[in-house]
Amino acid sequence: MSWLLVLPVALPFATAIAAFLLRERAAGRWVSILGSAALLVVSGLLMAQVLERDVIAGQMGGWAAPYGITLVADRLSAVMVLITAIVALAVSVYALADIEARLERLGYHALFQVLIAGVNGAFVTGDLFNLYVWFEVMLIASFGLLVLGGSREQIDGGVKYVALNLIATILFLTGIGLLYGTTGTLNMADLSRAVEDVHPGLLTANAMMFLIAFGMKAAVFPLFFWLPAAYHTPAFSVSAVFAGLLTKVGVYALLRCFTLIFDHDVGYTHEILLWVAGLTMITGVLGAAAQTDIRRILSFHIVSQIGYMVLGLALYTPLALVGAVFYLVHHIVVKANLFLVAGAVQRLAGATELSRIGGLYRSAPLLAALFLVPAFSLAGFPPLSGFWAKFVLVRAALEDGGWAIAGVALLVGLMTIYSMTKIWAAAFWSPHPDGREPALSTLPAGQRRGFLIPIAGLAALTLVIGLAPAPFVTFAEDAAAGLLDPSAYVAAVLGEPPVEVSALEDAR
Amino acid sequence: METLLALCVGLLVACAVYLMLAGRLLRYIFGLVILSNAANLAIFLSGRLTVGAPALIAEGAEAPAAGIANALPQALVLTAIVIGFGLFAFTLVLAFRAFSHLGTLDGDDMRLAEPERPAKEAGA
Repeated sequence: MSWLLVLPVALPFATAIAAFLLRERAAGRWVSILGSAALLVVSGLLMAQVLERDVIAGQMGGWAAPYGITLVADRLSAVMVLITAIVALAVSVYALADIEARLERLGYHALFQVLIAGVNGAFVTGDLFNLYVWFEVMLIASFGLLVLGGSREQIDGGVKYVALNLIATILFLTGIGLLYGTTGTLNMADLSRAVEDVHPGLLTANAMMFLIAFGMKAAVFPLFFWLPAAYHTPAFSVSAVFAGLLTKVGVYALLRCFTLIFDHDVGYTHEILLWVAGLTMITGVLGAAAQTDIRRILSFHIVSQIGYMVLGLALYTPLALVGAVFYLVHHIVVKANLFLVAGAVQRLAGATELSRIGGLYRSAPLLAALFLVPAFSLAGFPPLSGFWAKFVLVRAALEDGGWAIAGVALLVGLMTIYSMTKIWAAAFWSPHPDGREPALSTLPAGQRRGFLIPIAGLAALTLVIGLAPAPFVTFAEDAAAGLLDPSAYVAAVLGEPPVEVSALEDAR
Repeated sequence: METLLALCVGLLVACAVYLMLAGRLLRYIFGLVILSNAANLAIFLSGRLTVGAPALIAEGAEAPAAGIANALPQALVLTAIVIGFGLFAFTLVLAFRAFSHLGTLDGDDMRLAEPERPAKEAGA
């Protein structure tokens, strides 16, 4: 059983080693794809186990729960691991067309797989300090990917990304230290019991450190400045995987900690989250309106969409958490896909700056159609996935009496349409300023497949979630119920004796 | 002793913030290093200070005697130091590359990725 918990982390690491050794050859990229495909299988198995048994936990090295390192997967963790695997597979196929041989020789595929390992580690760990370690694994891999190739823009964006993310890291570490000082434990399930004995004022102060640290990772207002400074500079594959996954790890950590550990004074902490959510939505979408480069527009939209997820957590009702979980999953697919489309646009039309491109609707209608699916889903058009996500959240806000925040959410949705139509009008509809007619058929067949298969696959997933939302909403309901009432989670980690003694070394 | 160390943490944080607000990348990095050392010291302190009682289990005993030093924060600090060292090394190299590519380490002059006028001249 615990092997299923270890594999989502161990498999990408193994793939990374193999891909690094084979980085000089074409085999390296196929190893990466194969590793991602295997990860998808493992994640599917993990999901099946979780659906059957609600929560599965494993103690690394056989040390019983509050002392050793726990890996644990509930519905939220399992779906995040699964969606990570889907994005990883899509992006590693996309890399066939997007990543030049020079970057491959520098170890692109290895860094990419280490990043995936870090992301998965953060999702399955049940220990706060271990979460910190996975954040660091993720961070160092993302640093490498961000500046890989070393263009001047990348270095410039990288400096800001590194500088601000390191502050969040140190704050997180300090928060962990103080929480240990007041409770004497770092196991998340154990903490949810132990915090009851702590003075609520001290605990709230500590919660604020975590709020700022995770908020910075999640790029919420007013801590998001590193994101639009850096996300438009690296290769498109890198942008896509960052956009899809990295900020969502911050949101996941917020969701986990502010339901499991810091739920002692919801009126105070979650009120702050509510303001943060509203301001994040507004500043993100206004920032996007001012931009004229596809990737920079999309980067600001990551910020505004994070606001919706935080809104779900801030309202803290069962329906709102359903919305947050649903939004999280939908957004990862859609956002990664939009960046992948941006890469194809750049290759065909020669730029991502809106004033310098155009004509793609006439010359590449398939790409135009594939852009519309994630773009409309992001804006919340029915019947795509984004509509249901926004619908659940707005309804939760109205049921809770939050008329103002519901209005903000709807207004921001409207302005998202403005940005998407701006991209549509400039890149697809208006003629190319240089008179170019960039058709998909001008690309070599292999590259064309590399671009289109992942984009079409993710678009199909968006359509499936949109057209048949019932099973996904039911799943999100169960996941949200598990977040609101963590007794099953706590029992799985602490109550049962370790199921199997695994031979693995202490993961630290 | 705890009070003294707590004051020391506060002093380190103050120095770090002062350095980081100077607007120069190199000073910012030094500030980060001091800040991470302050964090490490705070973790060490959160395990409570115990004098002259190493975390050792006597021969033949099953469990350590009461009142020994808490080994866990020390393990955490050790991990954090190792990670911090790696990140510091990376950041220094990044700063060096930034200087050789951009010709400046002044935060206000680093506008390449986000030019003030994103219109036409950005592509030139």
